[in-house]
Amino acid sequence: MKKKKINSNTLLLIITIVLFVVMYAAGCIVYADKGFTHLQTFLNVLINNAGLLCVACGMTCIMLTGGIDISVGALIAMDCMFLAVGMERWGMSAPLLCLLVLLIGLVFGLVQGFCVGYLEIQPFIVTMAGMFFARGMTAVISTDQVSISTNQFFVNLANFKLELPFGSYVNSKGVEQIPFIRITVIIALIVLIAIFLMLRYTKFGRSLYAVGGNEISATMMGLDVKKTKLKAYMLSSFICSIGGICYCLNTMSGSVQQATGLEMDAISSAVIGGTLLTGGVGNVIGSFFGVLINGTISTLVKTNGKLLSSWSNIAVAALLCFFIVLQSIFAKIKESKK
Amino acid sequence: MDKVKKITQKRLFLPVFCMFLVMAANIIYDVACGEFAFSFFTISVRNGVLYGRLIDILNRGSEIAILAIGMTLVVSASAGTDISVGSVMSLAASFCCMLLAGYGVSSTTELAVPLIVGVLGGILMGCVCGAFNGTLVAYLNVQPMVATLILFSAARAIGLLLCNNLIVYVRNDSFKFFGGYLGFIPTPIIIAAVCVVVMALLLKKTALGLYVQSVGINKKASRIAGLNSSKIIFVCYLVCGLMAGIAGIVASSRISSADSNNIGLNYEMDAILAVALGGNSLGGGKFSLAGSIIGAYTIQAITTTLYALGVSTDVAPVFKAIIVIIIVTIQAPPFKAYMKRRAARKALAKGGAAA
Amino acid sequence: MDNNVVLTMRGICMTFPGVKALDHVDFTLRKGEIHALMGENGAGKSTLIKCLTGINAFEAGEIRVDGIDGPVVNHSTLDAQKKGISTVYQEVNLCPNLSVAENLFIGREPKTKIGTIDWKTMVKRSQKIVQDLDMDIDVTQNLEEYSLALQQMIAIARAVDMDCKVLILDEPTSSLDDNEVEKLFKLMNQLKAKGVGIIFVTHFLEQVYAVCDRITVLRDGQLVGEYPIEDLPRVKLVAAMMGKDFDDLASIKSDESPVFSDEDILIDAEGMSHKGTIKPFNLQIHKGEVVGLTGLLGSGRSELARVIYGADKNQTGTLKVKGKEAKINAPIDAMKLGMGLLPDDRKAEGIIGDLSVRENIILALQAKRGMFRLLPMSKQIELADKYIDMLQIKTASRETLIKQLSGGNQQKVILGRWLATDPDFLILDEPTRGIDIGTKTEIQKLVLKLAKEGKGIIFISSEIEEMLRTCTKMAVLRDGMKVGEITESLSQETVMKAIAGGDK
Repeated sequence: MKKKKINSNTLLLIITIVLFVVMYAAGCIVYADKGFTHLQTFLNVLINNAGLLCVACGMTCIMLTGGIDISVGALIAMDCMFLAVGMERWGMSAPLLCLLVLLIGLVFGLVQGFCVGYLEIQPFIVTMAGMFFARGMTAVISTDQVSISTNQFFVNLANFKLELPFGSYVNSKGVEQIPFIRITVIIALIVLIAIFLMLRYTKFGRSLYAVGGNEISATMMGLDVKKTKLKAYMLSSFICSIGGICYCLNTMSGSVQQATGLEMDAISSAVIGGTLLTGGVGNVIGSFFGVLINGTISTLVKTNGKLLSSWSNIAVAALLCFFIVLQSIFAKIKESKK
Repeated sequence: MDKVKKITQKRLFLPVFCMFLVMAANIIYDVACGEFAFSFFTISVRNGVLYGRLIDILNRGSEIAILAIGMTLVVSASAGTDISVGSVMSLAASFCCMLLAGYGVSSTTELAVPLIVGVLGGILMGCVCGAFNGTLVAYLNVQPMVATLILFSAARAIGLLLCNNLIVYVRNDSFKFFGGYLGFIPTPIIIAAVCVVVMALLLKKTALGLYVQSVGINKKASRIAGLNSSKIIFVCYLVCGLMAGIAGIVASSRISSADSNNIGLNYEMDAILAVALGGNSLGGGKFSLAGSIIGAYTIQAITTTLYALGVSTDVAPVFKAIIVIIIVTIQAPPFKAYMKRRAARKALAKGGAAA
Repeated sequence: MDNNVVLTMRGICMTFPGVKALDHVDFTLRKGEIHALMGENGAGKSTLIKCLTGINAFEAGEIRVDGIDGPVVNHSTLDAQKKGISTVYQEVNLCPNLSVAENLFIGREPKTKIGTIDWKTMVKRSQKIVQDLDMDIDVTQNLEEYSLALQQMIAIARAVDMDCKVLILDEPTSSLDDNEVEKLFKLMNQLKAKGVGIIFVTHFLEQVYAVCDRITVLRDGQLVGEYPIEDLPRVKLVAAMMGKDFDDLASIKSDESPVFSDEDILIDAEGMSHKGTIKPFNLQIHKGEVVGLTGLLGSGRSELARVIYGADKNQTGTLKVKGKEAKINAPIDAMKLGMGLLPDDRKAEGIIGDLSVRENIILALQAKRGMFRLLPMSKQIELADKYIDMLQIKTASRETLIKQLSGGNQQKVILGRWLATDPDFLILDEPTRGIDIGTKTEIQKLVLKLAKEGKGIIFISSEIEEMLRTCTKMAVLRDGMKVGEITESLSQETVMKAIAGGDK
């Protein structure tokens, strides 16, 4: 057996992980006095980005097929608004609403997937229409900012803390701080692992790679490309709805302008994590690190305190640009080798 | 039957048809409200300026029309769309206002630099953004939508930085001109008209149209035939950025300020919709500028009509999304094939019955 | 159905817009037989196979497969595979981003008890498959890490492993070297012994005679005949493929061979190359000279021309045009020096499908003039009409979209495009591919006429006959290298020998 060579795709992933470690380490050194070194800071990055992590997992699946889904942010806004209004105004039960939200996600994905897979419309156009539709429907449900406070089940769920048995420290006031994670992190991590296993060990997971690798070949080898795409968009919207619930547990409110630009964060996380825009290459593990980098940047900007919040947008966009250019260069090198 | 077919197959059928549909909707609405049936078309002069719903549509639709010019070229040459135009508009506006007001000033009536410097600065900023997108797409072979996604998210943030996180107000009459009136005609209409005429002349008097379409249809063959495909695609994005810059100035002049978060919001959608509505395939290739322009004003007419019907700004996108989906579905090859098969089956059934 | 027959196709008809691609074609395949499907480009081989595998829908006729009652209509390759018909195409139809093992098993992965993919079994079985074929590869590596030849072998291995009754090999050898072809033949014979019927499509005559039992010949969408290999010697096969029009192409070249002096050198290439496609070569072309580039497909004959023209970047050596050193970075530079290239892949690199005939004709001239000097419409119309008339292009009008024209007429439009630029030096890569015999002769005559006018021409064709008729000099290529030039005693035999190489 020959030793496995490091190819350019693995290299991209390694660059990402190294970048994250360096970035976080730099944060620890520069902002040591602001508590950056504590475990909780890292856990907060996870807590704040649990929804994004779910969405990024779904986005990775879509991007593997060579597509893109920019409706995710709007879909989350719709989910949140639906949950908030459902609980506060219609007095519906939280579990039922959550189920409905997941169902909405599936139907939403079904329509988008049908347009992309069977009507062969560019994914971007379809999901852009989806984005505007979902954003508009959010406003149809309500144009107010609705906070969730009365539904006890949901509030309890949001306040649930899973305390970790390690990494505690005593703060300046002499109170022991025990690091904790929230339910959303658990959900997101389960989604992450499930998608990872699905991509690796199921026929559908491998079909996603095959479709992204070469659509014609995939058809020739007997895969149903149209159906695979349909399923991929359904999966993405479904996971996105799970992400929407996480997001809602985090913000405890619904508003029309919620989660704007989330699609951008999800796409950049996936790209930074080594998912190729052309499809066929990528992994949710990479996307996980992409989300962490995203989260770390905004945490760094926040911790600094003096920088405008737009800096984190710009930094993420710059990083995205860097990775896109890197991918493009790798692709060119590969081509010239042939 | 054949005559109907001939008409429906004309390139400009779709946008003109939609335009008529919107007008019809307006007339019905007016009648239903007990108003004069053709109040939609009435143009009057009030306070020394033109007034009427039609004028309003032409005026408000200027930015979309300007953007549609650039978007048409981009779609044709690269089979992709530039989704950053709305954000670039905002950035151009911010940069222009920042120059005019001076950095860190939130409100001013005095211009810090001559008007022309600010305006050109804003337009130049649009060009820089266009060049950035163009470089990524033409020379680094990044998919257009993803390449423009970078500025889609970053441009507004950069705009905010330039304005020091403030909404910069430039309350100066000379600046207001671009969104105001020239004589009794709204200036945006004139600016849009000038842009359209210049582009139409370019297409007529130079080989630009041939080059762009040729590259859009077959990039490889165009290269062999001596065209520099990358350069042509780059130029298209540059023009698109330029147009976004101009549209940004107009939009910011209307409200005498640079509101980074709101200028040009969702305009990319309208511009893309205008191109699609104009009968141009989003898959690139042949294009019709006239179609896009009619498409742009149709979109504005739809928006205005929706507002007139009492649909809120937040909800309007739902209808536009539905229109987009309908249009692209009609354009989609599998759908066309399906309709053809259906027609064939029908004809067969008819023939069978006759026999 | 005869017990021994695995596949019969009867009266298959299929039309593409304007072209009768298949006209009542019959085909029979027996168990344990290697059956060559022969015909020139455009004869209908690929279309027939696509009808069989469900990629194209045929309009009339029926297909029967052994073991299945009633006529068979496949709607997809998957359908065909389920009925025991596997295909390996010329272009490798696998996913480069997946591992070799996955490519072998995708769509039918071994499963564990809980329904997940059993990677261990998959890798183990894959290893056995590649070992059986004497391939030394790591099945866990991505497919893209391996050469095209190996990828091709893997594609065949996949088809073979699927227990097929009918294996279709559509020009599988064009990217394989001799050694690999040997391996493939060994494999084919193994399968034959197992009773698999193999349809072998190729344009290498030697290979047909090396492995095949039977030959079916198609021409212009029609069946010429089915012959046992013994009954059809090479010459007869070629005659059957080309048809009786063979004799109509009487010598159109004058016998006296022109003499060129050094002053007339138009193109002088020295040590030019492009990594991976063509090794450094020297080539001189004089005014009024027609130089043929000959060699098998993939020998570098197109690539050599492309490097001169700048379609592929020249990486070493120099090019002198009319004695002056030329720097060519892109095709437009070459065009400004008076060159033109008619590419071999008409659809991908020649026509601009959605533009009109007129626009296609003036495109190159317009590109040469630059964007701001638009040809006046009157001039465009004049040019278009001139070449439609001169080349006898059959089109409804000059504003008809080029994609609506037949292949031959499209080719003429592209030729017109280059003639409109009034080039000194023209590269014609397979100008007669997929064109009817009459047009072929016209184009050949045109080439000679252009040469007489003092233009230098590179002529590339798979048909040696055609080149013999037009060329004054031939450069022979093999394996991406120019191996020699033949200037005297140009004949089929000498050229064939040169192509095949000395040691055979």
